[in-house]
Amino acid sequence: MKRKVWLSVLREMSTGKRRLSEQGNQIGMELQQGVQKSYKDIIDVSWGDAHALGMKPISFVRQVIAACLYPELLQSDRIPIDARLRAQRLLRVCDGGSVDGGVPSSPENIFICSGSQSALMFILKLLSSGEGPSQMGVLNPMPTYPSFTLALEVQGVAMVPYYLCEEEGWALKIEELHRVLQNTKGHCSPRVLYIINPGNPTGHVQSRESIEEVIRFAAEEKLFLLADEVYQGSVHVEAMEFVSYKKVLSEMGPGYSDTVQLASFHSVSKGFMGECGLRGGYMELVNLDPEVMDVVRTLFSLSTCTAVTGQFALDIMVDPPQPGDPSYPTYSEEARSMAGMEADLLYCTRLLEEAGVCVGPGCEYGQQEGTHHLRMCVMTPTENLEELLRRLKTFHLSFLSEFS
Amino acid sequence: MTENGVNSHRGRVLTMDTMNPNVKKVEYAVRGPIVQRALQIEKELKAGVKKPFSEVIKANIGDCHAMGQRPITFLRQVLALCMYPELLSDNKFPEDAKNRARRILQSCGGGSIGAYSASQGIERVRQDVALYIERRDGGIPSDPDNIYLSTGASDAIMTMLKLLVSGEGCTRTGVMISIPQYPLYSAALADLGAVQISYYLNEESCWSLDVSELRRALNTARDHCCPRALCIINPGNPTGQVQSRQCIEDVIRFAAEENLFLMADEVYQDNVYAEGCEFHSFKKVLFEMGPKYSNTVELASFHSTSKCYMGECGFRGGYVEVINLDPDVKTQLTKLVSVRLCPPVPGQVLLDVVVNPPEPGEPSYATFIKERTATLDDLALKAKLTEETLNTVPGITCNPVQGAMYSFPRISLPERAIEEAKEQGQAPDMFYCMKLLEETGICLVPGSGFGQRDGTYHFRMTILPPTDKLKIVLAKVKEFHQDFTQQYS
Repeated sequence: MKRKVWLSVLREMSTGKRRLSEQGNQIGMELQQGVQKSYKDIIDVSWGDAHALGMKPISFVRQVIAACLYPELLQSDRIPIDARLRAQRLLRVCDGGSVDGGVPSSPENIFICSGSQSALMFILKLLSSGEGPSQMGVLNPMPTYPSFTLALEVQGVAMVPYYLCEEEGWALKIEELHRVLQNTKGHCSPRVLYIINPGNPTGHVQSRESIEEVIRFAAEEKLFLLADEVYQGSVHVEAMEFVSYKKVLSEMGPGYSDTVQLASFHSVSKGFMGECGLRGGYMELVNLDPEVMDVVRTLFSLSTCTAVTGQFALDIMVDPPQPGDPSYPTYSEEARSMAGMEADLLYCTRLLEEAGVCVGPGCEYGQQEGTHHLRMCVMTPTENLEELLRRLKTFHLSFLSEFS
Repeated sequence: MTENGVNSHRGRVLTMDTMNPNVKKVEYAVRGPIVQRALQIEKELKAGVKKPFSEVIKANIGDCHAMGQRPITFLRQVLALCMYPELLSDNKFPEDAKNRARRILQSCGGGSIGAYSASQGIERVRQDVALYIERRDGGIPSDPDNIYLSTGASDAIMTMLKLLVSGEGCTRTGVMISIPQYPLYSAALADLGAVQISYYLNEESCWSLDVSELRRALNTARDHCCPRALCIINPGNPTGQVQSRQCIEDVIRFAAEENLFLMADEVYQDNVYAEGCEFHSFKKVLFEMGPKYSNTVELASFHSTSKCYMGECGFRGGYVEVINLDPDVKTQLTKLVSVRLCPPVPGQVLLDVVVNPPEPGEPSYATFIKERTATLDDLALKAKLTEETLNTVPGITCNPVQGAMYSFPRISLPERAIEEAKEQGQAPDMFYCMKLLEETGICLVPGSGFGQRDGTYHFRMTILPPTDKLKIVLAKVKEFHQDFTQQYS
């Protein structure tokens, strides 16, 4: 007789996106076996995964890491000289001249982690405490991405959603933050404000003024700021500029810069590197007490180290080839060429079956009642994107006429 | 911006008082205060400070390559090919490495290891792992769907414990773990707020496990928690004992009787050195005990690419195989692992090559076997050398190092030393190890970090330094111990 293993119950998260993706795989296999459809391939843009969509990795990154993995390549002319020198430098800081001592994480305020999600989980764990009305609450944006809400669930913290303003390009309104904070009284103890900038799924890039407003709000209301900045390398619109929370905070001077507590996150998974599979990222902690930092370090040491391949990719991300380096021309060129059933779930299912396009249904991300959206990753070669938009247009018109 | 902590703490959200109370209790001796002091000393040496030694020898952590062990050529070739596929046209790489690389890249999104894999791990790799397990276990079937790839074994162990821990007060989950143990377990249990149920291994009989001791520990625990799991590390860490087949059967029977979930940490399964010792996987024994057990006992077996002959700690490759898991729980497990998206793909690639090494007849076979044998033979020699040398020191007794990568000798400390340690607020073996570090530059981990019987003291030392260096280390430890004993007598 099987005995149930006891576990903390996770609220049933909708798995529509995953099912869609699996169905997409299934249809892909049928196509390979010669089943006839009105399209010849599936274009799956439901995940934020550039490589899976055909984007090529940055050569320099792969050359350096390959040479670190197999140091015979340090003598190979298949690898440009600056890549070889970088590999040598990285290996020198590894114990045993081999990648397996682990590149040491900076002992100060930067912690290298296996992708930003694990760092996020880590800091949430650190902050989480209390039950019932004293349960730690996290202000989180709507719409948001499913892994994040799942992470909050798993950590057992209360969610306090604040709605981004679609009419203003998904901007964050301070009045909305005030409103939700008022409404939490007695339900939980809100202590954390999570921001993702640039936004996922919205793509909104916050202005400096907006960031200052948020920091002021966090200071007044005693909130710990989590600034998820993994998409900072992916700003596509001219006249929009990414500015980091840490920078703005430090420029706001004492009263803010020495008190507001902040954790910023970055990763090699997004931007033009798109190295999701390597699991490299970092978290920077600002204004934490020394004894708290001691606990952080102990807890962090428990997870041994981040995969060294991810650490190398991170090193290159923060210190890329410069003008004058042999790899710079290739590097910069590569970087440049790169940028319910809910009703939307039904729409997406039909879109997949009839046009071979797989996107993320808006109901998975959270949206205002009565509105519908879809999310698609745009990090795919232009021809692919044009084909996908063509199919989407055709499908949309026919869908509308069927249901009107 | 001001330095952390010195100035006003007005309005700080996260302080020692508001922090998650469980994480404050977490300790991890392997990288704890003694290691931090060792790193400090290294910096001092670099800055030119004069010391009675010229380097710090980090014999605290089971990190093979950091101690000079060479990586296996074939593994690194396949990894390099996957990392930079342009090398597939480089004739300096052997065909068998290229074939494996191509095969793996085909199963990656966009043919790139930079793409996310499925959260459970690349399907093809899980299939290969299942085949490896079947070969290892004499043909007992393994279902790839029961295999979850992970970021090292530690990740999978934490995940399983997370699923297992629930309840409050007297119904709070209790988890059985050996004393001594690898402190990931005690740390994880503290972090999760679970109740640790300690069972003592028998130092007098080479750290063997007695079911009567399991029973004692369990019965004592029943009144203040709800025991649900039994963790066993085989071969053991820090003790190195390799459990006999009989012992494994006894443990399985005990788990069945007492309704306990078995967690079998088998990361050192290739590291078996002593005559007459053999690794028996929990799964194999379970299935050979027949359907009464194999249909009911819930088991999670863990393995990794960090130990054995590979020693690739930095890649974070590993897996767990779950047996007889309730289907609804399995769904939750699948959901839980999806939060961290996926394990590092290079680690998954590495695991695939480990379970799919060169075959006889393939170009890389001869070199591979030579390298693997040399590494394992070398470890066996060092295990013996360590045991023999330490046993020549009056006041130190060392059990045979049957397997794994460590010695865990018992040290006798003079009363005066124990008192001075207590005055300084230090565990006596920490006091000893700190002095050893300051005087010789050798970094070990005190036994108190792993657990030991009251009134006994130990240290854990890895057998990993190259043989010449190991001889020097052992000689210095011997000399230190004799001086220390004399100084405090």
